[in-house]
Amino acid sequence: MSVSEFFNMGGYAVFVWSSFGLTFVVLLLNWWLPFRQHKQYLAKLKRQEMIKSREEKQSHDASS
Amino acid sequence: MTPARKKRLSLILLMVVGVAVGVGFALNALNENIMFFFSPADIKAGKAPANKDFRVGGMVVEGTVKRPGDGLTVEFDLTDNDSVVTVKYTGILPDLFREGQGIIANGKLDADGEFIAQEVLAKHDENYMPPEVMEAMKKSGQPMPGMDKKGI
Amino acid sequence: MFKWFVTWFHRFGSPPHFYRLAGRWLPWLTTLFVVTVIAGLYGGLVLAPADYQQGESFRIIYVHVPAAWMSMFIYVVMAFCGIVILVWRMKMAEIVLSCSAPIGASFTFLALVTGSLWGKPMWGTYWVWDARLTSELILLFLYLGVIGLYGAIDDKRVAARAVAILSIVGVVNIPIIHFSVEWWNSLHQGPTVTKFDKPSIDIRMLIPLLLMALAFQIYYVIALFQAARAAILQRERNSRWVEELVKP
Repeated sequence: MSVSEFFNMGGYAVFVWSSFGLTFVVLLLNWWLPFRQHKQYLAKLKRQEMIKSREEKQSHDASS
Repeated sequence: MTPARKKRLSLILLMVVGVAVGVGFALNALNENIMFFFSPADIKAGKAPANKDFRVGGMVVEGTVKRPGDGLTVEFDLTDNDSVVTVKYTGILPDLFREGQGIIANGKLDADGEFIAQEVLAKHDENYMPPEVMEAMKKSGQPMPGMDKKGI
Repeated sequence: MFKWFVTWFHRFGSPPHFYRLAGRWLPWLTTLFVVTVIAGLYGGLVLAPADYQQGESFRIIYVHVPAAWMSMFIYVVMAFCGIVILVWRMKMAEIVLSCSAPIGASFTFLALVTGSLWGKPMWGTYWVWDARLTSELILLFLYLGVIGLYGAIDDKRVAARAVAILSIVGVVNIPIIHFSVEWWNSLHQGPTVTKFDKPSIDIRMLIPLLLMALAFQIYYVIALFQAARAAILQRERNSRWVEELVKP
């Protein structure tokens, strides 16, 4: 089987490759979106925590 | 399990059974409408609607495919191994259309009892195998698995 | 055995444990998924012979059938979570249910679209209203209903109970999808693999199909863990363990 024959899929290339392509895109999105959401949320919580601890430190310094 | 949980669980099960029974009755009542096609035997028995579009499904009888005239019009016999109906169709046929293939045609009966189709769809069976294996099975005279089920 | 299961159940039932375990398992699961999916694709697209009837177009089976199986499997998981939510009020089940819905909806969407792309060259049409196709479309609407209902209610514990009921009621559709091709005449073919007889598919075609099904199963766990970690963090943001986690 040659490479061009493989990509031609016996004349059904449009149907076969669009099925596989679409599946790939949808599965990738479903994996990537929650991955990014988790990462962003974790970063946000860390930032808030940092600001909070800095403020606590400042108020502690000012009072002493 | 605590009694409260037991009660909740049995309520849920009751709900599922209730919904299942309801849906079952509904589907049973709608049975005729859910049937996707009629067989040639149904037509012969007069079960198919007259003066209304419906679908007929069956196997294309070997050696009956004729192309009178321009080549776009085809005529063939459809069977369910019980009765036969002749189908006339003008248009593009699906790739799978061939003699011995299960197909479904959409249209209505004319006065001569011939089925005038506006659309022809091909039905494929649930068997998947390479052509060599198919040939070998044919030669050895083995029956095709699952082929007997509904005629098509 | 039972005791082990109960311990495991309780560990997974606690959000911080789930969060940590999922994080630890994810790289391994991802590796396993990549290996399985490559083997399945190679087997399905290169090694498997063309079909006697459908030629090369039958290869759509390698995404269509696993996607359709997953669309039903995930709904059953959601219904099971629904029972756990209503009976035991377990927080983790709420998260698994709400995070499964978008994944299940994607698989249903894929099953419908790839089926349509398969139907056009073989049947001669993208869509017909036969029992199998219609019941699968109803499944997509059930998923969208769960996603919409969960999003519409602000109190997530109340929302979880509402979608639990919808999931449990909707599970009635699952056997209808499976048996639709046997109960009624349909354009869609009957079952090839999931029947009591031996599968009516050549072994060289069957093995890649099972590999792809396994890969999709692993993918579901990966996508679920990923989404659940995000959801857990959001829900438990004010708890002690999250504070510890994000401490600079």
